[in-house]
Amino acid sequence: MKHNELIARNKRNTIKLAFWTAAWVLTIALVTFGYKFWDQSPVISVITISVNLLIGIGMIIANMKYLNGLDELQRKISLEAMGITLGVTLVAGLAYSMLDTTNVISNDAEISYLVMVMGLTYITATVINNIKYK
Amino acid sequence: MKNRLKVLRAEKEMTQAQLADETGVSRQTINAIEKGKFDPSLPLAFKISRLFNMAIEDIFEDET
Repeated sequence: MKHNELIARNKRNTIKLAFWTAAWVLTIALVTFGYKFWDQSPVISVITISVNLLIGIGMIIANMKYLNGLDELQRKISLEAMGITLGVTLVAGLAYSMLDTTNVISNDAEISYLVMVMGLTYITATVINNIKYK
Repeated sequence: MKNRLKVLRAEKEMTQAQLADETGVSRQTINAIEKGKFDPSLPLAFKISRLFNMAIEDIFEDET
């Protein structure tokens, strides 16, 4: 495979992944904020959550295709970033949960904070790894 | 792992981008291999050795 083909394939896969991720985030927003507009009907909520799950599966498949499309160094960079993200999320998530269960923090532990930590960790680790292998 | 990739590429008057093109990887990967920051997989090492018409062990040297 030529270098230009690799770049074009990565670009295609990135666009597809961005599309699936955006659709997934939109369905989360629809479920989270929309239920008030359909009078909190459980039927509509179950339907929208099902759609969210299906789009989530699409996003996972798109992510797998994206990773498989990368060349071996790019895959290593992503793998290391994912490993760091998994570790940080596990350690920080459990520590945050313990802060809640021991009543050190007054409010409930929210999973949304964990998602933000995951995103920021993955971005930071990817940037650092890209500099490392430059 | 040490390697002679930079020297061999210079002898053939190839750019990193051209070598990346021939082997189907990114220019970043070729650069990282040349600097010894990244060890290529066996299939990539074979591609490189075929391209330079040399044995793998004549290009890459195990430091352990």
